[in-house]
Order: sequence, then C-alpha cells, then structure tokens
Amino acid sequence: MAFELIVLFGGLFLVLILASGIASVLADRAQTDPDVVANLTDRIRAWWGMIAILGVAFLLGDVGLVVLFAVCSFACLREFLTLVDRKQADHMALALSFLVVLPVQYVAVGLGWYGFYAVFVPVYVFLVAPILSVVRGETEGFLARVSQVQWALMICVFCISHVPALLILEIPGFDGRSLLLVAFLLLVVQASDVLQYTWGKMFGRRKLAPRVSPSKTWEGLVGGVLSAAVLGALLHGLTPFGPFWAFVMALVAATMGAFGGLVLSAAKRDRGVKDWGHGIAGHGGFLDRLDGVAFAAPIFFHLTRFFWQSLA
Amino acid sequence: MTNVTDTPVTAAPLRPWMRLLARGVEAVIVTFARLVCAPRVTVTAPLTAGPTRVFFANHSSNADTILIWAAVPPELRATLRPVAAADYWLPKAVRRFLGLHVFRILPIQRVAAVRDTDPVAQMAAAVDAGSSLVIFPEGQRNRGEAELLPFKTGLFHLAEARPDVAFVPVWIGNLNGVLPKGERLPVPLICTLTFGAPFQHEDGETKEAFLARARAALLALRDEGA
Repeated sequence: MAFELIVLFGGLFLVLILASGIASVLADRAQTDPDVVANLTDRIRAWWGMIAILGVAFLLGDVGLVVLFAVCSFACLREFLTLVDRKQADHMALALSFLVVLPVQYVAVGLGWYGFYAVFVPVYVFLVAPILSVVRGETEGFLARVSQVQWALMICVFCISHVPALLILEIPGFDGRSLLLVAFLLLVVQASDVLQYTWGKMFGRRKLAPRVSPSKTWEGLVGGVLSAAVLGALLHGLTPFGPFWAFVMALVAATMGAFGGLVLSAAKRDRGVKDWGHGIAGHGGFLDRLDGVAFAAPIFFHLTRFFWQSLA
Repeated sequence: MTNVTDTPVTAAPLRPWMRLLARGVEAVIVTFARLVCAPRVTVTAPLTAGPTRVFFANHSSNADTILIWAAVPPELRATLRPVAAADYWLPKAVRRFLGLHVFRILPIQRVAAVRDTDPVAQMAAAVDAGSSLVIFPEGQRNRGEAELLPFKTGLFHLAEARPDVAFVPVWIGNLNGVLPKGERLPVPLICTLTFGAPFQHEDGETKEAFLARARAALLALRDEGA
C-alpha cells in the first residue's frame, strides 16, 4: 500500500508543479487578466496546502484521517450554521451540535461502530434537536429553523464522516488497504470538479442551471464526470473494484459530487452568499471545497459496503 | 483642551515571571477567541501599529472587547488599550491581573457620583502616551432589538480634546449569536469585524453632528459586512 500512496502523492505533486508552472507562464503574459491569475495562483497554492495536509493525515493512518475529517466537519458546520435562520431558542441545539453531535459521530466512526454512526444523526439527532428548540417555546419560523439545523448536521457531520468511515470497511482480499479507497474517492470527486471546470471553459454552451450557478454547463458536467470516471477506471488498482466497476463507482461518485455542488450552490444563493466561508484562499470556505464530497461519500460508502463487503 | 490629570494610565510594572505569565495567558486567549469566533476581518485601512487611533464599536456581547483585541495583529494589540469598567475589572485579583496586564485595559469609573478621575482625561492621557483605544460609545451592552443604542458623549469630548486623533468605526457582526445574553455555552459561529475608514473631529463640529457622523459611519459598516 505504501508503494501506491507514494506513486499517488508523487503524481499529485507532479500535477501541482505543472499547474504552478502554467500559472506562472500565464502571469507573465501581458494580456491575461491579473485578477484571474491571482485567483488561480491562490487556488493552486491552496491545493498544495490541502494535498500536503492530506499527505500527513495518510502518513498518520486511520486516526489521522478521522481527526482530519472531524476538523473539516467542524469548519463546514460552523460555516453552515453561521448562515442559518436562528433564534436564541435554538442556542442549545446549535451548541450541542458542536459539543456533542460532531465528536460522538466521529468517535463512533473511529471505533467502526456502524450500527450507531449510520443512525445517530438521521434518527437520534433528527428527533432530539427540534426538542431542544421547542422547549424554549419560540414558534416563529420553527420548521425552517429546525430543518436548517438538521440539514447542517446531515451534510456537514453525517455525510462528511462517511469519508473516514470507508477505512473501517472489511472487504475480503482488500485488508489494510482501505486508505487507498479514501484516496480514490477524494481524487475522483475533486478531479471531476476541476475537469468540469476545464470542459466547461473549453466546450461549454448549454447552461445547466443559470439561476443557480451561471458558469456551469451541460458540456462541462458530462465531460467532467465522464473523464473523472475514466480516471477512476485507470486508478482501479487503488480499489477492490476492478477496471469496469471502478469506472462505474467513479461515475456515481463524480455525478453525486457534481449535483451536490449544485444543490449547495442553490443553498448559498438562498442565503445570499457567494461562498460558504473564507477559510481556504481562492476556494472560499471548507464547505465550498467539500460540497461534492459530502454528497458522494455516503452513496459511495454504502454501494461499496453492499456490493463488496456484504455480498462478497 | 481637557486637563490631563495625574491618574496613572498604565499599571505598575510586573516582575519578569508575571510578565511572562501575562503574555502566555494572552496567547491562550487569542488562540481560543480565534478558534471559537473565526473572526473575518475586513479593513479599509491597514491595521498597523503606527498612528494612534480610537476604535469604536457596537457592543452586543461581553466578548466584544476580547474579540477586537484578539483579532488585530500582535503589533497593534501591544499598543491597544480597551476602555473598560473599573468596578468590574479592578476589585478581584485574577480579573485585575487579566484586565491590567493581559488585556491592558484603561479602567474608567462608570458611575459619575463616585468618580475621582475624569474618563475623558484618562483617555486623552493614554492617547498622548501613544496607545490606541477601544471604546464602546453605546456605554452599555445592547440587549434589545435596536441595531445601535444612542451614543454617550465621551467619544465627542475625546475627539474635541484630541482633534488630531483618528477615529475608526468597527462593526462587530454575529458575535451575539456566539453567546447570546443568558447563555452559558458558546456556539463557534463565524464572526465579522469590519474596520471602517478613519475620520477626525472637524474644527467647530458640534457634539450632535460629530456623534451623528460617528454613528452613521458605524452603521454603514453593518450593511457592508453582512
């Protein structure tokens, strides 16, 4: 497994070196828009940082990844809950989201306690959070308020925690290699994002949902998702799937990721913001970077669990 | 010009190990405040240690002072003196240490009847000594629905006494959501700190005109930061 990880991160660093090189060539050309280059440079620099941090987490193994994604969940939850409609009556529900829900979910994931972490947020928290709000007696906007807290917890805690949950799957013949599956998922979803952007810039004509995200096109979506699926097939060595099913799984993950980005863009529009936060220079907030991952991870997790763990 | 009294505006010097402790506590509080509030700072002019300024902000939470103090760059923080209530900060030993040596507050007497020093004179003296001030011109925490309470007149009297000092409005957003009144557990939401453009007291400007201008400058930031 160490060999695959070295090759993988080596490859990523080569891509980044190439990207940094292209950006510096663009910056030297007089006709390029300096703002665009500045944003591109920021984005690439942030990718260096993110991949370096991810690399350290991989070196630390399972615990490193669980902690890293717990921190990401915290940052996303903070960004999301900052923008929800809330009243003081919701204070306890909000405080316990950070103090109890997030740590409990990640401890359960870390312990591999599937029977608990798969239902904790959608069942227990779903029912208890509105109780914490209702006992304070404020009814104005009640349904919107409690729904938004539930949404925040589902996306930012439950869904994102399914990335490190992949580590605990026991797939016959894939022992001790589950870190690679995490790398596969993240790589496919993030590459799909970059590839959609690139395809969209080159061939984009038909707008996908102009009111939600003016720059997204059908050509970008289809081209990006399909090329991410091809990338997935090429990287099948990281998975227990084999080339064809790696293609299918990557296709599913990239499609979920693309539409997850769209859904959360609509949520941003609804809240009147362009970015979820400001934590990652050039990218916006943590949730801007992880929106696709949040939508892809649980589906990817359950398909893998069903077809490669349970049925195997 | 207001008379400068002999009131000491800086605390007595500390023994080295106490000084070390104060800076250690400062580091812990700054880290904690930044972790809990993730303050998003927007500036119109750079926050350098340079010129003496009076930062004035809306006051909706007890943590307002700490947030501004923690969010600014360390070189500015070293010259910053939050104007704070002497009756709250001075009587108890721990709070006194935190107030005088960690936050480096400028303790003023809130109740005029028991006042032996003039707050405006104290502030003017601190400014003369090269410190920048943090002041909450509403005079009390805003506990109601109003966006901003009426300003007390101290801001104007200071401006009139020191017309060369720049006043900088600071709008603090969202902090009330972090710790609303009556709650004990803080919720780590993202706070915003919007620093506006510096302005000065204009020659002959009346109290009403100056305070209205200051208020408008602060309220303008609220809409900008949102």
